[in-house]
Amino acid sequence: MSDAILEIEGLDSFYGDFQALFGVSMQVKKGEIIAVIGANGAGKSTLMRSVTGLLTNKPEMVCFAGTNIGGLRADQIAEMGIAMVPEGRQLFPSLSVEENLVIGGQAGRPGDWSLDGVYELFPVLAERRSQQSTSLSGGQQQMVAIGRALMANPDLLLFDEISLGLAPIIIKSIYEALPGVIGTGMSAIVVEQDITRAIDISDRVYCLQEGRVSLEGESGAVSRDAISKAYFGV
Amino acid sequence: MDWVNAIIQGILLGGLYALFAAGLSLIFGVMRLVNIAHGDLIVLAAFLGLTVTTTLGINPLLSIVIVAPVMGLIGYALQRLVLNRTLGDDILPPLLVTFGLSVIIQNGLLELYSADPQKMSAGAIETASVGLPGGLNIGVLPMLMFATAIVVIGGLQWIFYRSAWGRAFRATSDNQDIAQLMGLNKSHVFGLAMALALVVVAIAGIFLGVRTSFDPSAGPGRLIFGFEAVIIGGLGNLWGTLVGGIILGVCQNIGAQINPGWQLLAGHIAFLVILAIRPRGLFPRIDG
Amino acid sequence: MSASQQYAVVRFSPASRIAAVVAVLVLIALACAPWWAGRADMRLLSELFLYMALASLWNLLAGYAGLVSVGQQAFVGFGGYCLLALTIFFGFSPLIAIPIAGIAGALVSIPVAVLIFRLRGAYFAIGTWVIAEVFRLTAAQISALGGGSGTSLPVTVVKSIAASRAMREATTYWMALGIVVLVLALVCVLLRSRRGVALTAIRDNELASQSLGIDIWRAKFFVYVVTGALTAAVGALIFLQKLRISPDAAFSVNDWTAFVIFIVVIGGIGTIEGPIIGTIIFFLLRETLADLGALYLMILGLVAIVIMLHAPKGIWGYVREKTDLDLFALSRRVVVRGASQQPENIENKENAHEPQAT
Repeated sequence: MSDAILEIEGLDSFYGDFQALFGVSMQVKKGEIIAVIGANGAGKSTLMRSVTGLLTNKPEMVCFAGTNIGGLRADQIAEMGIAMVPEGRQLFPSLSVEENLVIGGQAGRPGDWSLDGVYELFPVLAERRSQQSTSLSGGQQQMVAIGRALMANPDLLLFDEISLGLAPIIIKSIYEALPGVIGTGMSAIVVEQDITRAIDISDRVYCLQEGRVSLEGESGAVSRDAISKAYFGV
Repeated sequence: MDWVNAIIQGILLGGLYALFAAGLSLIFGVMRLVNIAHGDLIVLAAFLGLTVTTTLGINPLLSIVIVAPVMGLIGYALQRLVLNRTLGDDILPPLLVTFGLSVIIQNGLLELYSADPQKMSAGAIETASVGLPGGLNIGVLPMLMFATAIVVIGGLQWIFYRSAWGRAFRATSDNQDIAQLMGLNKSHVFGLAMALALVVVAIAGIFLGVRTSFDPSAGPGRLIFGFEAVIIGGLGNLWGTLVGGIILGVCQNIGAQINPGWQLLAGHIAFLVILAIRPRGLFPRIDG
Repeated sequence: MSASQQYAVVRFSPASRIAAVVAVLVLIALACAPWWAGRADMRLLSELFLYMALASLWNLLAGYAGLVSVGQQAFVGFGGYCLLALTIFFGFSPLIAIPIAGIAGALVSIPVAVLIFRLRGAYFAIGTWVIAEVFRLTAAQISALGGGSGTSLPVTVVKSIAASRAMREATTYWMALGIVVLVLALVCVLLRSRRGVALTAIRDNELASQSLGIDIWRAKFFVYVVTGALTAAVGALIFLQKLRISPDAAFSVNDWTAFVIFIVVIGGIGTIEGPIIGTIIFFLLRETLADLGALYLMILGLVAIVIMLHAPKGIWGYVREKTDLDLFALSRRVVVRGASQQPENIENKENAHEPQAT
């Protein structure tokens, strides 16, 4: 319990009157990589929005590094050390590649990642640093989005469906780079629809189904059968 | 020669109109808000300049040093306390709230200062002029106004495209949610944007007050000039706004040369013509 | 079981039936005003009716078609000047001149719409203001109608309305009453028609309604022209009562836009009842606060801002949210009719004494 960097306790999330999450509980231990899988509409995005503060909930429902953050603003949570690679990349079109990366470090958190470090990791971005960010290919934009999140030197990094809309060969290279990116200091949550990739990269997995946790377990230990049942709610 | 003079005066007047428009354009660019009280805030700045000038006995142009920061603070407070709450998908709240604000400012000024037209005197600089070949005389003050407009627009461009502030403005304007994930407090960012806009408004207001007489009801007229300059020049382009202001000023002056009563009408007609043939303006960068 | 259930779509609720009866009674009482009300009261009522008409029209434009105009004074003044031109230059009777002013308003609104529909949102709003300014400046150039200082309605024209003064007062009063009833009826009919449902859909979600095949721009254009026409007619009547016109009075932003907007915002935007309630409240406020001058306008502005921020649907919107009242019977509801012709669920009735299956 004490080495959990993120604790979600009985999270009920609402969009107005519509309830999207029902009593979701999960944990991320320091240095762990957690996978969150589930079909469309299962509540994965809602979960990510709740953790990053884009959706506010009761303070005690989300606890990060010992502090209740459920009611905080997204920018306050970002300063505390949570960063996200959003679904669909969502780069800033008015900013160049370099500006997108620099703004990732806006919160000014100290750490190992810097502009040079990101360019070392993704050399192709260095060549295109002054280009308008949205003029890059899908895979390159994903690199910018990842780099932008790294620039925040987060303690917890969220990856929201980073394989969406990308060619398989690009997805492969990104996932190959991921363990090196996350390193040993960071914890991560990887939200994916691609179950195989999610299981391969993570230590533990949670499955969401219609707003509830339908399965949790060690990634190496859960059976495909159990996952299918939990995924589809059979 | 009268015609050449009219055109030159019109070009220089365009600088003032560009100052009216710059704040409007900036706010629209950052938060898609059109402030109907914009003109009234320019007039407010002029009246503030009047009070500072008469109380302290300094030259109105110097009063900018006091009026600009005050207007900046007013802008920050206005945005954070009132205008931030109107932002969203619905177009009615910002429109109606800023309209209400316009009425409040106009009538507040009326209560405080009466309806009498006022004018600030900048001393000798008002009548000083530079002689040009061909017997033309160009006023020093209009040239100063025009030069200030260029400096202000250049400054705004620099802030927008080369500073961290501007990066924050552009990012928040692109995608409010993701900008927040970067640690940007959007309420604060919008507040800063409005503060900056009102600093520009302050400069515009002082120049207005020195150049011509003004009264509490002069706001809507200034809003319309600024708006026309923005539309003629094209949304999202500050230098385009300068061109728009120049075109407006020149057309107004040409109209006045033909018939003094046609001055304003000529400007409006130029605006309507551009709206008819180039609805997005001459150098648009974003869509409305 | 379901075969014997019948569904019906109803419009009228008990509340709207009562409201209809009350409305007819009030209308009869108002129509008889020349017999029970004094001259000053009739003038006040006329003014109230005309503001109510302007407010309902502005509400149709902004609350339903999503076109926020701060330039409707263009049409008010246009109608007023039409009245003067038609009666002075062409010798029309004022009673005929008013509908003709309406038609003229429709015609002039077409090129205006073509121009300003190129603008969106708040820029559209300022565009309407520019148009009003153009009208004002143009009117000031027409020396035949008094130029910048304006002119009065000739005595002969005034006398041609009716023989006696009392009859003239009554006639203009009835015209005001008539026009507000016409405007409200038209708004009601329009919103209940297919076009009206389309408008409500556009108001609620433009993109969705466009994907359903609703021609947004045609609908908005239609509303703009109709509103322009009726606003011009109301404007003609306003200046028939005032007997004098000038560019500043005809195209005054304060009188014909600021007050109208406050009325609609306070009463409730996007509802038919809103402008009615708003006008009544506005006149009550005016009676009590008008001596405060500029302070009165500041209070109005403040109230409008506070309402927009905290109760954006206005007073009627607030009432409607709490009670679901719909006095003008605009909404349709589905009602289940059982064999006993009572709107209740048959199943419940049959299983009343048996354990309910979940």
